[in-house]
Amino acid sequence: MAFLGAASVSVVISALIIVSLLGEAISFLGQIELDQLTEIGWFPRRGLYDISTLIVGSLLVTALAMLVATPLGLLAAIYLSEYARPRVRRVLKPALEILAGIPSVVIGFFALAFISPEIVKSVFGDASLFNLAAAGLGVGVLIIPLVASISEDAMRAVPSSLREASYGLGARKVTTSVRVVIPAAVSGIVAALIVAVSRAIGETMVVAIAAGASGGSLFTLDIAGGGQTLTAAMASLATGTDQVKGASAAFQSLFFIGLVLFTITLILNIVADRFVRRVRQRY
Amino acid sequence: MTLADSEIRIEVADRDRDPDPVIEPSSTVFEVADLSVYYGSFRAVRDVSVNVAEHEITAFIGPSGCGKTTVLRCFNRMNDLIDIARVEGRISYHGADLYDPAVEPVEVRRRIGMVFQKPNPFPKSIYDNVAFGPKVAGIKGDMDDIVEQSLRRAALWDEVKDRLRSSAMGLSGGQQQRLCIARAIAVDPEVLLMDEPCSALDPIATARIEDLMQEIKDRYTIIIVTHNMQQAARVSDRTAFFTTEVNEESDTRTGVLVEFDRTEQLFSNPADKRTENYITGRFG
Amino acid sequence: MAAPVAIAVERRLKSGRADVKGVAFHALLLLSLLITLGILFTLVYEVVQTGFGVLTDRGSDFLTSTLSANPANAGVWQGLKGSFFIALFVIVFAFPVGIGAAIYLEEYASDTRVTRFININIRNLAGVPSVVYGLLGLAIFVKYLGGLTGGRSVMAGGLTLAVLVLPIVIITAAEALRAVPSGLREAGFGVGATRWEVVRSHVLPYAAPGILTGTVLSLARALGEAAPLILVGAISRGFFATSGGGLIDELQGKFTAMPMIVYGWASNPDVDFREGLASAAIIVLLAVILTANGAAILLRNRYERQR
Repeated sequence: MAFLGAASVSVVISALIIVSLLGEAISFLGQIELDQLTEIGWFPRRGLYDISTLIVGSLLVTALAMLVATPLGLLAAIYLSEYARPRVRRVLKPALEILAGIPSVVIGFFALAFISPEIVKSVFGDASLFNLAAAGLGVGVLIIPLVASISEDAMRAVPSSLREASYGLGARKVTTSVRVVIPAAVSGIVAALIVAVSRAIGETMVVAIAAGASGGSLFTLDIAGGGQTLTAAMASLATGTDQVKGASAAFQSLFFIGLVLFTITLILNIVADRFVRRVRQRY
Repeated sequence: MTLADSEIRIEVADRDRDPDPVIEPSSTVFEVADLSVYYGSFRAVRDVSVNVAEHEITAFIGPSGCGKTTVLRCFNRMNDLIDIARVEGRISYHGADLYDPAVEPVEVRRRIGMVFQKPNPFPKSIYDNVAFGPKVAGIKGDMDDIVEQSLRRAALWDEVKDRLRSSAMGLSGGQQQRLCIARAIAVDPEVLLMDEPCSALDPIATARIEDLMQEIKDRYTIIIVTHNMQQAARVSDRTAFFTTEVNEESDTRTGVLVEFDRTEQLFSNPADKRTENYITGRFG
Repeated sequence: MAAPVAIAVERRLKSGRADVKGVAFHALLLLSLLITLGILFTLVYEVVQTGFGVLTDRGSDFLTSTLSANPANAGVWQGLKGSFFIALFVIVFAFPVGIGAAIYLEEYASDTRVTRFININIRNLAGVPSVVYGLLGLAIFVKYLGGLTGGRSVMAGGLTLAVLVLPIVIITAAEALRAVPSGLREAGFGVGATRWEVVRSHVLPYAAPGILTGTVLSLARALGEAAPLILVGAISRGFFATSGGGLIDELQGKFTAMPMIVYGWASNPDVDFREGLASAAIIVLLAVILTANGAAILLRNRYERQR
């Protein structure tokens, strides 16, 4: 049946992803010495492949992003789900959807042109123009709508009979929202946060534009300075400054990073899916 | 009754209950006069006038759509939660106007509790369900004691005393409803409103709850909405029969109170033909 | 007798403590919303303020010029062309396959382990970072199928984005199909129609608005993606001449797309590129994407109200 064929295409794609990543990644690992993986920094053209530099960079950006997006996204979700009147919802939800539709290149531009000079500079006086903080804040802005919409879905799924029970006992709105609805929706909220983390780790353009360090980066924890993440390193390897072709180790490191990234996000997405399933089960 | 006596009665009602209350001759808890409820421009129920007496079970019966639940929800201002709901007429609670603009619905609901049609325990532990109301109301005191006492009064303690920390969702339907009753009693209300509390339960669970109602009648005033006539006949002291009237112009139905009397009287010798038709024409 | 009791009761009912927590929480919620919306407005304002000047100066010349080293001459024409072709590839490859897969999963497949595996697989694919799809595109469409696609070409880019968007098309189409009331199907079967006839004449028309909304949103997503295109070799820095040849040469030759131009210009050391031109390009890009998103939202609202 033609439709079955269409559905199987998805399986083929997954297989291809895994195969192509694994193939080149293994070839890469075969070409280098293992201690090159723990050298002082990530400088592929010089044969330094410290993957932990990239992982830490990704974690710093992600942590900052979640610091921004978790409160703003959750509070927006609570407001939309529990407080907003229908007329207000009709304006707010599309506004959030517009924010969600803004491409990451635009957020990257915003991070470099505005967040870095205006916000990061005012906090860290000595920050360079390109820094991980601006990238982190930018990614945070990017994922606010994601946190908000998944959390809001989880809260709206809480049956109104529970709210009625709470009001019937003499609780006010804030108590009902915070002590009944949110605990009941916690699986969905956790899922929202995990999905957001996965998206933040996988975000490329904001970091590529705003975090600098495209030639490579030393292992760093300084968010006021430039840095590399898994994703931006991949972009660098494929373009301009780091562009290398052919079957060299530097080129194949691209696939090695891709494999690491794919594995991390796959695990996160599977865990998030478990939480979403738990929400559906309960009601 | 002097001012001091009446003050004391309210004090007693609000704080610690006398474990062996003296049954005084029934006084009126609620006086409802010419109550109408509107949803937007639609009048759902009109001109209801009843008196609810203390320590009695008052039943509202009638066909579906006649406004019994709507009226019930007026007693604890639950209709406030619906934007377009509007109440006309007067409900007084011990003489005070329940719908006075300065009255806090939260204070009303701590004295007038509600049990809903479908059991709706929170997805928390049994303990946390019962303790929720008292904690929110800021009631000090040994929470363990309050929880135990409420569960005992709801005839559920023996079944759950060894698993208070387990999830309420693991209980059977009948147990969950008794848990909801325990939860409502935990804030020590004066009145319990019960909206078809047994309609989602099997006959055995229903019988247990009906027995429970008789047991707790001494401590609380109960108003129950039920579509089950025999339940009303078995359980209540007074019964109000509602029916619907068709509005010709708008092709809608408005609920109306037909008759309100002592239960034996209403069932054996109904004053209104409509009551008689309902009682004789429909069984269960 | 009623009065003293009534007074005492009334006093209690009105004695409520002020809802300090409630008011503070409400204020917190509004504040956070204000911040979020404020960010959105600041972003739009920044971009428009910086880029509007360029657009008014250059007018349509900006849209018809090619990339150039000279900011005064540079335009987004090649990006518009590239994005257009990418859109074509997405529509031609992702939509039929995606909708077909959704039809299979919702209308034909029974709940077997294979079906569940396919569903899990699709959900996982939807969560894969776009840059990894770029790797896939690089390995398969640029290298392995290089003879067919011409290597680092818009064909490779378009196919890569079609693959990226496919899981989203499947998921949204499946949701639209699930929303069709089963009574509709049962009525069709009741008169003896085959499964395909029921799907074609009952289910699909009902689900069409939802499916359409999903596909438009997917397209808008594809048009905004840059990471996969970087990996596939789209040009972002400098400039290139489009070959004079026919359509096939065009599809197989060097290319760029709107998001890539934004990326290139935003990273350019020259401040004219980095600020004015990048903003102007963003305005053009946002105009396209927000129009698509807005259309999809309006479509969805209109059809939801019709139900």
